[in-house]
Formats: sequence, structure tokens, C-alpha cells
Amino acid sequence: MGQEQTGGFSVRTRIGRSLKTKIVKSSFVVIEAFSLTKHYGSFPAIEDVSFSIGEGEIVGFLGPNGAGKTTTMRILTGFIAPTEGTARIAGLDTISHSLEARRHVGYLPESVPLYFDMTVTQYLRYLGSLRGLSKPRIAERISEVIDLLGLDQYRDIYIGRLSKGFRQRVGLAQAILHEPPVLILDEPTVGIDPKEIVETRRLIGSLGAHHTVLLSSHVLGEVSSICQRVIIIHEGRIVADANTDELAKNLEDSPRIEVEIAGPEKAVRQALAAVPGVSKIESLGVNAAAAYRIHAAPGCDLRSAISSAVVDNGWALLKLTPVSMTLDEIFVQVTADNRAEDA
Amino acid sequence: MRNTWTITLRETRAYFVSPTAYVIITVFLGLTGWFFVGSMSEPFPDASVSSYLVPSTFILVFLAPVLTMRLVAEERKLGTIELLFTSPVRDWQVIVGKYLAALTLFIGASLLTFVYVVLLYRYGDPDTGPIVASYVGFLLFGAAALAIGLYTSSITSNQIVAAVVGFGILLLLSVIHLASGSVGVSIGNILTGLSMAAHFSAFSRGIIAASGVAYFTSVIVLFVFLAVRTFDVKRWT
Repeated sequence: MGQEQTGGFSVRTRIGRSLKTKIVKSSFVVIEAFSLTKHYGSFPAIEDVSFSIGEGEIVGFLGPNGAGKTTTMRILTGFIAPTEGTARIAGLDTISHSLEARRHVGYLPESVPLYFDMTVTQYLRYLGSLRGLSKPRIAERISEVIDLLGLDQYRDIYIGRLSKGFRQRVGLAQAILHEPPVLILDEPTVGIDPKEIVETRRLIGSLGAHHTVLLSSHVLGEVSSICQRVIIIHEGRIVADANTDELAKNLEDSPRIEVEIAGPEKAVRQALAAVPGVSKIESLGVNAAAAYRIHAAPGCDLRSAISSAVVDNGWALLKLTPVSMTLDEIFVQVTADNRAEDA
Repeated sequence: MRNTWTITLRETRAYFVSPTAYVIITVFLGLTGWFFVGSMSEPFPDASVSSYLVPSTFILVFLAPVLTMRLVAEERKLGTIELLFTSPVRDWQVIVGKYLAALTLFIGASLLTFVYVVLLYRYGDPDTGPIVASYVGFLLFGAAALAIGLYTSSITSNQIVAAVVGFGILLLLSVIHLASGSVGVSIGNILTGLSMAAHFSAFSRGIIAASGVAYFTSVIVLFVFLAVRTFDVKRWT
């Protein structure tokens, strides 16, 4: 992490600056958070959270559990009020113009709120009516979202009987039912099977054409595959706000490789250390062969150098995998960068 | 108004999708019927409805919290409360909608007891005035009990807690006048003035008293208002 500014996030993370430098795709800002702070009793759930999201953006809201993602989203949707700060949807304050703001939002809470004693159609009809759609419009929209989400066979099934994956789809269906310009999705892929996850991600990606999407996740891969931009929150504070590409590029700057090599440990370590660009070698223990994690200097791709070093010594290279950073490591790096910058 | 109606409709339907409505109506009719038969089996029976409506208020003390306990507590438990309060609906519309659903069910069940009234007219010669007054009082009593139950349902996500607390408040308000003899006249009057049973007894004697109507209406408004306020408080804390 000793690379300071050069290797850190070039789109700066502290809020004031990021707002100034952020280039939004469109000139309309539809989601705005201004120094949102929420205390539960004396416990600060979020502190001074600010960002703004332009029309048509798909933004990932990334952070570990308990970082404050849900709290922030609940404030944006008007479910709870911030202790300090303001939030606006399409320019409407979520407190003083709460109902108007809510009309612009489709929300999928983390708990996927469903009435198990209703069928899919009944449920959607109920929510359509609460959101002020006319009867014929409700019927129209129900068949549209049922088509879009592949729920056709299940339209008259009680929600309590649906699998987790299909319940998630019904949850998404209610979020987009009233065609809100803004979609706020809290952990939309948690707890569903991998096949469904792929399907759901594809779907959310396609929603970007008609909606501005803010989705939370604690999986970096998910966010980077769907979103153009990611906001990282850690312990209630925003620690990064960057384009996904830049984030990915920055993280690749200090790549690591895990290798398994059948050979005498001491000699192997020496040989690896001799490869130019290797900055650190960790031992990962011995299974069939000794495994090592190799840290490279920023910007170096060591794969070919390592494999030839192994082959030259007559050892067998059993495994060679580039390792991406875990979310925890990203937080460590990002917060370290922030401190370096603040200093 | 449309939002309130939408919610009332869904809640009323929910009562009938689950066994709740059937069980509650059955128990209610079974017990009121038992009281009716009991009062008619006396050597010189009164051709009045108060003979079975007075003991029936005790059924309400138990059944009203059961009828209302899921209204808000279940939404908290399921998380669907997040949907309601992020939809363009006002807090009071949600609460009033739910209240009206419980009230509809209760009024429906009460209407079914008109069978007994019909029997009274068929085989006796009852006074119409006391019958009307008794039913007005009974409906007000029930409406107040449901408002209290609605409030206790809104403060917790646990339906049992909601029902037990509601039952406790109702029982207290039903017997509080019994303590008036032992606390001095002025406090005694206050306790009697707070008693749901004391106010109801005027109705059951055939008097539609303004004080009684005002009392039950105040209880209804107060507890519905408290239920609405609970949401606002939870939103800000």
C-alpha cells in the first residue's frame, strides 16, 4: 500500500472533491445525498454521507455488512429520516416532499417484502393501486412486468409457495411496476442460487436503459459487472467514489499471484525472489506441493517470468492463479489512500 | 381516500384468506348465542338485548386484540412495512385503512347477532329504544377496543406481545370503576369516568348519553392517532 497518490484512486474519494470532479452521463441529477448522518441512539450508522447520481447511471453501493448501505437507502426512499443532512430524489426533498419523492422511486428492500397470503397478481395489483396507477394501467403493467421477469406460470400462485429466486423476481417486479425513474435495490442477489444471480444481474443491467439504478452489494465482482460507477462505504463513511473501470485498473496495479510448485522450498523461494518485480513472497503451507502467494510491484505481470523460472529449475508448476483483491483488502487500501491524501 | 380503501380491502381479504376471520366470528357468535340462550332460559326472561350484550363486551376484551394483533406487527415482522411507507401513501391512510378493515369485520359479526333481535320480536314484545341504544353502545365499545388493539399492534413486531398488551389495557379499562369505592369520591368519579364498562352500562339501560359517545369517540381517536404517531417517531429515531 506504499504507493500513495500515484497508485491510489485518481478520482478522489473525499466527498467535496468527488462531487466537483464527477462527470455524470447526463445533466440531470436524480439522486442526491447531502451530508447524511443517521444515529440510532448514540450509535452512528452513517456519518456525513454525500453523493449525487445522474440520470441513467447504474451505480453500485459497495460495503461490508453493517457499513451503512441499508440505512442510506432507507433515507433515500423516505422510510426513515436522517438525523442530519438532506436527501433528494429528482430534486424533491425526501422529508418535506416525501410523497412526491416516493412516486419517483422503486425500492427493493433487502428483506424482499412480500405478502405470502397473496398471489403474484394480487400482490402487484395491490401495490399498483397504492402507487396511484389507474385500473387499466395496472393490468397493462402487470402483464408487462410478468413477461419481463418470466413469472407467467406463477401469476396465480400464492407468493408463500414460490422459491427464493422467484420471490426475488416478484420483489423486482413490484419495484419497476410503476415505472419509476429511480430504482433503489438493496442486495438484490443475496440468497438466490448462482443461475438466478446471473439472470438477475443481466436483468438489472438492462434496466439501466429506462431507470437510474442504485444497487447495494458486498460483492465487488457483481458491482463491477453491472455498474459503471461504484461508491464504497465503510463504517458509515464514504471511502471511495469512482468509475468501475478506474477502480479495476487501480486494483490491478498491485497484482498478486498464487502458485503451487513441486520443488524444495528454500530453493524455490530463492528462485522466486530473483524474478524481477517480485516484492514479497508469502508461504501458504504445503499440500501436494508448496504454495506461495507472490506480491508483484505495481504494473508488473509476472506470470511468464515465474513460469519460466520454475521450468528452468526443473520443478513442476502445478498452479498459477492471479488473485484479485478481496473486499476487505480494497477497504484497507482505499482508507490508507485517503489517509495518505489527507496527511 | 382511495389509498385508505385499497388498504382496507387488502386487510379485509387477508382476514378471510387465513382462518382468523372464521375462527373469531365463530367464537363470537357461539358465545353471544350462549349468553342469549342463557338469558332466555330464566323463569321470567327480559325481552331485551342487554341481557346478552353486557356479558358480550367481555368477549370483545379478549377478541378485539386477537383481531387487531397482526395488522401492523406482522408488517413489521415481514418487512412489508418498508413497502407501505415508501409508497406514496400517508401514514394515517395506512393506519385508518387497517382500522376500517378490523371494524368492518367486527360490525359484520355484530350484524349477525341481529338474529337474536329478530327472535325477540318474533316471540316477545321488546322496546325498540333500548335495543338501539344497546347496539350503539356495543359497537362503540368494540370500535374503541379495536383502536386500542391497533395501537398495541403498531408498537411491536411481535403479535403475541401486541395482543397481550392490548388485552391488559382493555381489561384495566373494563374493571377500573370497581376500584372507585375505595379511593374517595373525586378520584372514584375519575376512575368511573375512565371505565369502558361504566360508560357502556348507560347504553345498555337505553340511554345514548353524550358523555358516553364522547368518551368512546375520544378513545378511538386517541389510539388511532397514537398508532399513526408511532410511525413518525420510529422514522426519526
